[in-house]
Amino acid sequence: MSHDTTTEGTDTASEGADTISRRRLRWERRLAALRNWAGILKADRLGQIGIAILAFFLFVGIFARPITVEFGSAWFQIQPFSLAPHESSARVADESLAPPSREHPLGTTSLGRDVYSQVIIGTRVTLIVGTIAAFMAVFIGANVGIISAYYGGWTEDILMRITDVVYGVPFLPFAIALVFILGASLVNVIAAIVLILWRGTARVVRSQVLSHKQRPYVESARAIGASDFRIMYVQIMPNVLPLITLYAAFAVAWAVIAEASLSFLGLGPPGMISWGEIIYDARSAGALREAWWWVFPAGVCIMLFVMSVFFIGRSLEKVVNPDLRHTQ
Amino acid sequence: MTLLTIDGLQMYYRSDDGYVRAADDINLELESGQTLGLVGESGSGKTTIARSIIRLLPDNAEVIDGSIDFDGTEVTDLSDRELRKQIRWREVSMIPQNAMNGFDPVYTVGQQIVQAIRYHEKETSKREARDRARDLFDELGIEPDRIDDYPHQFSGGMAQRAMIALALCLEPRLILADEPTTALDVVIQDRILQTIKRMQAEIDSAMILITHDISVVSETADRIAVCYGGRIVEQADSATIIKNPRHPYTLGLRNAFPDIGDEDDDLISIPGTPPELVDPGEGCRFAPRCPFAEEECWEETPKPEEYGDGHIVRCHRADEADLLREQATEKATWDGMRDKVRQSISRGED
Repeated sequence: MSHDTTTEGTDTASEGADTISRRRLRWERRLAALRNWAGILKADRLGQIGIAILAFFLFVGIFARPITVEFGSAWFQIQPFSLAPHESSARVADESLAPPSREHPLGTTSLGRDVYSQVIIGTRVTLIVGTIAAFMAVFIGANVGIISAYYGGWTEDILMRITDVVYGVPFLPFAIALVFILGASLVNVIAAIVLILWRGTARVVRSQVLSHKQRPYVESARAIGASDFRIMYVQIMPNVLPLITLYAAFAVAWAVIAEASLSFLGLGPPGMISWGEIIYDARSAGALREAWWWVFPAGVCIMLFVMSVFFIGRSLEKVVNPDLRHTQ
Repeated sequence: MTLLTIDGLQMYYRSDDGYVRAADDINLELESGQTLGLVGESGSGKTTIARSIIRLLPDNAEVIDGSIDFDGTEVTDLSDRELRKQIRWREVSMIPQNAMNGFDPVYTVGQQIVQAIRYHEKETSKREARDRARDLFDELGIEPDRIDDYPHQFSGGMAQRAMIALALCLEPRLILADEPTTALDVVIQDRILQTIKRMQAEIDSAMILITHDISVVSETADRIAVCYGGRIVEQADSATIIKNPRHPYTLGLRNAFPDIGDEDDDLISIPGTPPELVDPGEGCRFAPRCPFAEEECWEETPKPEEYGDGHIVRCHRADEADLLREQATEKATWDGMRDKVRQSISRGED
């Protein structure tokens, strides 16, 4: 099929140029996609606020306390900064339940611990639980959705009936039972959240894949000889990825609320302070009424974090669904 | 050399009301390098016949009987995996009707061609596959640099050309072209057909051209098979089908297309609607719409009979073809039928 044999000498040179321009083209496309999002974001004040708040919490979470890595007896700090002045469980004041002062900006707990430090350190657990649980849930949900929609038949029946059953499980009683039986730990808390949270993504992804499955490009792929696995994950999945991303954002918010709820009930990971745990401590010390400085900051943080994720989700939604761009 | 032999194929669709007899007792032969035109109206089974070769059918399709022999390989016996690895695209590729949607929107056209090549030829490097795609684009009259564009950046005609490039990239021995030009305007149609024809000759592959446009096949195909109601009612070389058809349906079909040389020629349509294919019963399926139908036609399914030189017809009255041909050109013949069809419809409603 080769048609020009005369230009063979210059071929290698032009091929080199070709790869460079191709690479540049690819980068330009990625940049353009980013710029597209930035452009939408520019007009979206709430999205900007969301990103600012999230960035702030990320910063606080990373620099809350020094991070040390141990290799046997050797250890070194990969992150030496510490935003929190004290350890969360250190008794720093003789006076318990002290109102905010210069020394302790958010006052102290009934055990004389520094609330300000606790709130800062609690950010970390919230971020870890929120992101890990959300991504695991979306991973499971997306796969259940794709597989059940693509194969149909009894595969779909089984997977979607399981989804229906999970829809019928109320979160808190389930999580309480699970953590009660298996014991309170970070892993169990995440497991309880993931086992409930995947259901929404599964349903939405399934309905999208059902529509994509019928499109001619899937038939082309089949005619080309692509395997089921390839059609599902190489051809269809990238088409529903924007939607999956959107659900991941919302899942993060939901997971954070769920973690706070569990911690508030005293089922949070032991030995790790989180925002929900702070409120739980205040309640069990019977200080909910008088010590507003103990309860408020953690509550506001939960609210701000969830709000920021929803704002980002809204702006992502506009990227996914261009119709929404004109409604404002 | 015979490339493809379909013998007595019965491909039915399961449905709640019973089997839909989409392809019934199909016999076809295709020489390598030859072009076969499959003509017929919607629902006549032409697409089912072609797609059964690569088993690209809905889940409820079922081969009841018959064989599909592709160059010595019995396709109906292959496992899905063998079919995928050995037949699909490597040997038999397809040009779909609507090329625009035939490409995955999230990859560039070039990426998709490269993927197809490397999926079947593991030893081919990305660079080689890309070069082949560029060469193909060049030959098909598209700027080679456009392989880095996404499908939505292509116009309809260009997307169809790109689809042809995709179909040819592995130099298959058989191309299934499923109404490849239906979505395009007439000028582009002709050019695309010429291109397909030229490329097909270049890589010496056979083609099955599915269309409802008899004028398209007459200039492209070597042989034509006319489908009606899930059966092939007549097949012969193109010239014979156009000049000396024997089946009343082919005669009617020919009337329904305008002749540019004859200004006074009124188009004559075939009255009635295509038959129901669930439990159609015995008899010729065209009988309810056929002006020449006799008692025998309703009671007994006509067998395919050969009238010299590969001209195979399924009609009880095929030996009276000269008479039928003459009568079929008169409008009155079909108009009389129209009243009969109307009567039978109103009778059915009572």
